[in-house]
Amino acid sequence: MSTAITADARGTATAVRERCAHCGLEAAAGEARHLDGAMYCCAGCETAASIIRQSGLTGFYSLPDKRTTRVRSSGRSFAEFDHDAFQTAHVRRTAEGLAEVSLYLEGVHCASCVWLVERVPLAVPGAVRAELDVTRAVAQLAWDPERTTLSALARVLDQLGYRPHPFRGRRADEARRAEERAMLTRIGVAGAIAANVMTIALALYSGWFGDMDAEFERYFRWLSFALVTPALFWPGRVFFRSAWAAVRARGLHMDVPIAVALAAGYLQGAFNTWRDAGPIYFDAVATLIFLLLVGRYLQHRAQRSAADAAALLGALSPDTARLVEGDAVRDVPTEAVLPGMLVEVRAGDTLPADGTVETGRSSLDLAMLTGEARPESVGEGAAVFAGTLNLTSTLRVRVTEAGETSRIGKLLREVERGARERAPVVLFADRMSGWFIATVLALAVTTVVLWWGRDRFAAVDHAIALLVITCPCALAMATPLSFTVAIGRAARRGILIKGGHALESLTGRGVVYLDKTGTVTEGRLALEHWDGTDDVRVLVLGLERRSRHPVAAAFAAAWSDVPVPEPTEAREELGCGLEGRVNGRRVVVGKPTWVRQRVGLADAEGVPHSTAAFATAGNDAGLTPVLVAVDGAIVARAGFGDPVRPQARAAVDELRARGWDVRLLSGDAPEVVTRVALALGLDPSAGEGGATPERKRDVIRNARAAFPVTRITQSDRPVVMVGDGVNDAAAISIATVGVAVSGGAEASMAAADVYLARGGIGALGELLDGARRTSRIVRRNMLIALGYNAIGVSLAMMGVIDPLFAAVLMPVSSLTVVLGAWQGRTFPREAA
Amino acid sequence: MSVLFVLVPLALLLVIIFVVAYAWSSRSGQFDDLTTPAMRVLHDEVTPVAQKTTGTSVTTDPEPPGAH
Repeated sequence: MSTAITADARGTATAVRERCAHCGLEAAAGEARHLDGAMYCCAGCETAASIIRQSGLTGFYSLPDKRTTRVRSSGRSFAEFDHDAFQTAHVRRTAEGLAEVSLYLEGVHCASCVWLVERVPLAVPGAVRAELDVTRAVAQLAWDPERTTLSALARVLDQLGYRPHPFRGRRADEARRAEERAMLTRIGVAGAIAANVMTIALALYSGWFGDMDAEFERYFRWLSFALVTPALFWPGRVFFRSAWAAVRARGLHMDVPIAVALAAGYLQGAFNTWRDAGPIYFDAVATLIFLLLVGRYLQHRAQRSAADAAALLGALSPDTARLVEGDAVRDVPTEAVLPGMLVEVRAGDTLPADGTVETGRSSLDLAMLTGEARPESVGEGAAVFAGTLNLTSTLRVRVTEAGETSRIGKLLREVERGARERAPVVLFADRMSGWFIATVLALAVTTVVLWWGRDRFAAVDHAIALLVITCPCALAMATPLSFTVAIGRAARRGILIKGGHALESLTGRGVVYLDKTGTVTEGRLALEHWDGTDDVRVLVLGLERRSRHPVAAAFAAAWSDVPVPEPTEAREELGCGLEGRVNGRRVVVGKPTWVRQRVGLADAEGVPHSTAAFATAGNDAGLTPVLVAVDGAIVARAGFGDPVRPQARAAVDELRARGWDVRLLSGDAPEVVTRVALALGLDPSAGEGGATPERKRDVIRNARAAFPVTRITQSDRPVVMVGDGVNDAAAISIATVGVAVSGGAEASMAAADVYLARGGIGALGELLDGARRTSRIVRRNMLIALGYNAIGVSLAMMGVIDPLFAAVLMPVSSLTVVLGAWQGRTFPREAA
Repeated sequence: MSVLFVLVPLALLLVIIFVVAYAWSSRSGQFDDLTTPAMRVLHDEVTPVAQKTTGTSVTTDPEPPGAH
């Protein structure tokens, strides 16, 4: 863009204060469109507005909360949505003979989005139903397949600015939904029972001070018994089932002491009800079940929302391929591509399968697959791989391997294997529970022994009171709740954590392996070094104007303030450079050897000495050199590299200040890795280049083996892998804690425990701080809970405890730790 | 006081009715999404024009949400 034009644009924008009739944003000059007396800022808004008007839905503009983002329609045909392979994978038939699909929509966020998504598609004849779940941005569409197609509905949504993507994992989603409904049902039932048992208990306790007829007392005790029985056998069953599973697996789990306490309280209460003497613990048992279920549900919700966010981002990956059939090219889902087929891959598309190039020449970005930042030139006959990005021009590729047998498919299997071989992290609270239950049981036996001589019934009563009062309600709720609150707050800061174990593992000091491309660097080519005069810049930009090569984009990005002349002649030699005529002068830009050859300089002959030095120095520094020749003389040189992200240095310093060992592990060339290591202030020996995905996995495995896991030092030296590509996914899946960064491949996000949505590694320090503070709160809560338990145990052993005291102490101790979990400072509260 | 022998079971009968109603609503998925319905109630009932012109009345959906 020329300087003159930008100045002009700014002038007009300040002069005109008109706002877009659809999105309410100010329109940039030259883009404003007028239709029926209203102004729209862009074609997208105009289309959306005309759809709304044609559907008779102008009431939209009187809704209180409106969208404030410009409509960005992709303009795609969505023809692949009608393909058989897509239909079998995502579309289901309802009983009424309708077709139904779940689509993830980009950009829905408010009430007016609900309004648009649920009404506008229905204007398409044949569309029957549209329902949007705004929290998850998933829309359910139902239509009559005889009268319309899914692609027609998808196009309408796209024109409104909500780009649709097939929502994957519907089956898992349904199972989870059923589980959540069951949880809510259990909570409701347990709550109703607890409230009623408490009401009856209140009457019983008041009866102590007044004089209650023995007849009524017996009546109320039997009523409590009748009420608490279903609570124990229906909602409370989950604790027994999980405790039994833990015992069978020879492990101790927080649910074991809970099950013991519930069973002991219930059985003793039932026995005392039957013999009509001694305390009953039904109120305590009912409240316990209710509170524990609530805690469990909250924990489940928080983990789910973090996993959801990562899964939905995964849905954005490209899903279609362009199949060449004779003269026609049509969109098909990637799943339908088979070996032997011919596919067309346009510039900006990701390759859908492995194959060989049949026609065309282009450069490919391999960063996702290998970590190499520099684009690779490919021509006819070259082997290309699924998952790489076509950068410059259209290729036709004959498919050799597709789906699971492609290189990326094999890597993904590797990821699954890694996830399986990783030993599960046992939470501190669960490791504690073994000691806890052993101590409690020993104390209970001691109580029985001490009291046996004096009064046998009292001995059993006191031991049961001890078991009930020490039920680790506070312990079992405090830990998950602290993690839940922390995970929820972290999510608002753009740090998505999939479980409490990641937070707990990060409290120690260990090793962080950082991937280079896309993680500490920006993952794109940029001009890092320029040695030449200003007038040459104009000529270079003019020549590169039409090129789609990343070098051209890097020149344009670096010199956005320089006017761009129109070249009178331009020719691109793929893999070499550009040659042409700008402002009447002959300009050559490209690879050093090629440029020298074009201007007729044999090798280093006639090249200024410094140029030759630069060409080699550029290599050493890990930069890609480019020479510029004007009218037969070399006048300038440029060095291109993948720039380190601005906050990366600070983030690495932060990690090292906390005592972490920071290393680089990259698939890129070793000299490039060394340059980046130096830029991050690391010792060059801390960087390893040329690492294949398998090598990365082995490095992580060896690092973990160097610090074997013991019961106590389980998380003392965590090995963390941070990456973004498919090539990092296997390493991420076997690290103690795997971290994926924004913009990464779906596979790395799925394998990771933590996903940083903000881009780059800037949030790593915050993650570690949050993890440490969370663990401190967990431990503090445990101490409080143990304090309550110590009081309870001593009172029970002395025999001075009564059921009323137990009924009061237990909720109070739970409440304290819940408040502690809620109040604790983990991650900053405000959104990022 | 002996009226309690009648009243308390009656009250518990009410409890059972409410619990059953709650379990039904929860199982049929009425608590799956608590955000969108709250936004939806604010919108006026509008039938899109195209529906009227084609003469189909498919906007009314007899099924409760989520009951598939």
